[in-house]
Amino acid sequence: MTAHEAKSIARELGGPVVIKAQVLVGGRGKAGGIRLVHTPEEAEEAARQILGMQIKGLPVRKVLVDEAAEIRSEIYLGVTNDRAARCPVMIASAEGGIDIEEVARTLPDKIVRVHIDPLLGLREYQARYLAVTIELPRGHWRDFIDMACGLYGVFTNSDATLAEINPLVITEDNRLMALDGKMVLDDNALFRHLDLAEMRDLDEEAPTEREARRYGLSYVKLDGTIGCMVNGAGLAMATMDVIKLFGAEPANFLDIGGGAGAEKVAVALNLILRDANVKAVMFNIFGGITRCDEVARGILTALDESKGDIPMVARLVGTNEDEGHKLLAKADMIMATSLADAAQKAVALAVESQLQ
Amino acid sequence: MSILINKDTRLIVQGITGREGIFHTSRMMDYGTQVVAGVTPGKGGEWVLEGKVPVFDTVHRAVEITGANTSVIFVPARFATDAVLEATDAGIALIVCITEGIPIRDMMKVRKYLDQQGSRLVGPNSPGLLSPGECKVGIIPGHITQPGNIGVVSRSGTLTYEVLYALKLQAMGVSTCVGIGGDPINGTSFIDVLGMFEVDAHTDKIVLIGEIGGTDEERAAEYISDNITKPVVAFIAGSTAPPGKRMGHAGAIVEGGAGLAADKIAALEYAGVAVVEYPEKIPSKCGELA
Repeated sequence: MTAHEAKSIARELGGPVVIKAQVLVGGRGKAGGIRLVHTPEEAEEAARQILGMQIKGLPVRKVLVDEAAEIRSEIYLGVTNDRAARCPVMIASAEGGIDIEEVARTLPDKIVRVHIDPLLGLREYQARYLAVTIELPRGHWRDFIDMACGLYGVFTNSDATLAEINPLVITEDNRLMALDGKMVLDDNALFRHLDLAEMRDLDEEAPTEREARRYGLSYVKLDGTIGCMVNGAGLAMATMDVIKLFGAEPANFLDIGGGAGAEKVAVALNLILRDANVKAVMFNIFGGITRCDEVARGILTALDESKGDIPMVARLVGTNEDEGHKLLAKADMIMATSLADAAQKAVALAVESQLQ
Repeated sequence: MSILINKDTRLIVQGITGREGIFHTSRMMDYGTQVVAGVTPGKGGEWVLEGKVPVFDTVHRAVEITGANTSVIFVPARFATDAVLEATDAGIALIVCITEGIPIRDMMKVRKYLDQQGSRLVGPNSPGLLSPGECKVGIIPGHITQPGNIGVVSRSGTLTYEVLYALKLQAMGVSTCVGIGGDPINGTSFIDVLGMFEVDAHTDKIVLIGEIGGTDEERAAEYISDNITKPVVAFIAGSTAPPGKRMGHAGAIVEGGAGLAADKIAALEYAGVAVVEYPEKIPSKCGELA
């Protein structure tokens, strides 16, 4: 997509157009990623600027050129899952256009919700209730109800966890028009939406997180100095918390999952070591399905490949822990007896290596 | 003594011929659990584990022949919804789903349907239940805990093992440990289990292990304040987790300012719960609360 193409599309559409950055984050308007222009030349210039931007760290590679609507009022319409109520909830507000979470915080009375029975789906009377409550003019009810039912259909058919139209506008010539939308999909359901799975933009993911996903590892990069490798999500979070409690910050969240083999462990350790901020590494493995000796083998493999001088602490408990300890005795590794002990040792090592 | 599962539990394993299914069935039997049958469509008539366990094609048939009252599910995510519904329709009272990665839309439908039918689901994405010395349903390692008077309820897997093991090292035991699972929508909540521990004569203290995401812990705090007379010790994982990032579990994500560890800890402390800074402090805190 080039700025020149934007110009020719603007000329075809005629009249004022909007240029919108196409990136997978919200808050584009605030970041200057949406511009209203009046001539094809202005469109070209605006597109050139937006295509060079980064929004929340993501480079803008595409823009949408669309007819500018003369807007009388902006409405929000969205559907998401309400965990506490265990069902979808449709949300509407006459205060559309801007961040709906902001509206929810500052003007909670301006938000209307209807809960949807997952077995019955959205019923027309519920959509009508939303239209009436946000004081939508009667002439627009039919279109609004059709849009609400359509939105719910898209939400369920694509296994979304969020589907929203924002803004849904009433134009100066009195039409109800969806100007922009956003969807978030349930990763767990992508197996039955191969067409949608294909649309994943790999460029927009951090490369380490992408590699982790390919190996079935769950990795999130953070800003601290202690790399940690743990089996299980809850234990991984608890390990991060303990690191913080003893005075340092975790460099990552990393769950190797249940029953990880040596190869997966080696990949995981390489991911951690690739982070230049890491000053010490801590392993916290509670073996159940996961075998401590397999983990130890993976650690040794990774260390053979890239022998750095990052100090490491290991705490292995559970299935085959003795074999694991024996294997790690060959490596230059500090052993810990408990989670707290491991964290304290790792924090001390990180402080020490930062002083050097 | 125990809640939900005990010596009389008659268990079937759905997905018994899979790698995980057969491995954990053998562990459960070693522990003393009565595994009366397995179910794998297309493998009915076979016997597994040295001819000790018959396999049926359907849950209905397994229940009819063996009188099973509990099921544990090890089938892959895309078939798990169906497995839960089949167990319900066959009249299984307690269904424990180990499977991880079930789409949230499916779980919302399943939960709604189960509530109408009156079956109880524990999980999905649960490590299962363990009543030390009596019965094990799921994948919690048996040797890391011992019988005792502490009831444990948790949203996590290995973090729960950490706590069970820390208790055992201090010679403290457990009545029943219930893993309710790490997904946003599950079958059994903290509140359900807290209520059972409150009326269980053999549970004197309760340990609750929560994590970031959702508001289950806040609702549990409110319930504890109104209904629980036994002392409760809690740990909440994820104080250091950044908002908007999913921390492994589908349910562990801080969204729109909700689900923060700090809010959960504050709510629990307000309800009189002793919240500890890290899991290994749970035993000493349990010791203090007589």
